[in-house]
Amino acid sequence: MGKTTAAIPCSDAVRQLWDYLDHAIAPEDQEKVEHHLSFCRRCCGELEFAKEIRQFLASGSSEEIPTDVKERLERFVEEL
Amino acid sequence: MSSIGTTDRTKEAFQELVRQELPGLYSLARRLVRDGAEDLVQEALLQGYRAFGSLKEQAAGGRWLRSILVNVFRDQLRKRARSVDEVAAGDLGDFSLYRTLIDEDPLPYSDSLHTDFMEAFGREDLREVLMRLPEIYRAPLVLRYMDGFATKEIARLMGTPLGTTLARLHRGRHLFERTMWAYAEETKLLRMGDDDG
Repeated sequence: MGKTTAAIPCSDAVRQLWDYLDHAIAPEDQEKVEHHLSFCRRCCGELEFAKEIRQFLASGSSEEIPTDVKERLERFVEEL
Repeated sequence: MSSIGTTDRTKEAFQELVRQELPGLYSLARRLVRDGAEDLVQEALLQGYRAFGSLKEQAAGGRWLRSILVNVFRDQLRKRARSVDEVAAGDLGDFSLYRTLIDEDPLPYSDSLHTDFMEAFGREDLREVLMRLPEIYRAPLVLRYMDGFATKEIARLMGTPLGTTLARLHRGRHLFERTMWAYAEETKLLRMGDDDG
């Protein structure tokens, strides 16, 4: 007989979504979230949105350095 | 400078490393502090230069310099704030930006409400939202999701226990979503198209 996964409410699933995406929760909790997502359409929407927010954050990671700042910092290193 | 004990050759290697890593370092500093990014990078470069001899693998130089910068940031944070004001988990409520968007429906003509909401935010909006978060929540969020540091590494760099780091990441994510919504409302970010009609 296959083992059954305990059901969790939406509030628990949503609270753990980012950790679920990071694989930062215990395997049994990972399984519970997965099980919840298998039948809850709203939480699947939350999951997709969490992925969008993470992508948005990652997209802001590169920024150009102004030329004057770059020159000042390079000069600082030259003078060390 | 001979008093620092670094030879010309290692100085050249350090300068080369800095040339490669400067944009990334400055960019990280700008995400950590509202003002004083250049000073933060300068202090990190000074400390990096002094410790350059301890760098075992040149290929890891970028990560090594970024770690030094985070350490400098952490020390500045400690000097500035003797005590930190943690947001209690209960104070965050159960706010969900996903649900708020559905309930408030700020873009009634949108077929992809959540994606359109995210696309309304530009790079400067993102920075402003991040800057509105308390530093103790902003830093783990930036390091984890923008710079790819592992949670354990963030705990080590920030000098906080792993449990505290995880809790701050969790609260930081909540605060980030709440602040995005508050910022969008305050700046009327979603009403830019209203004048067209």
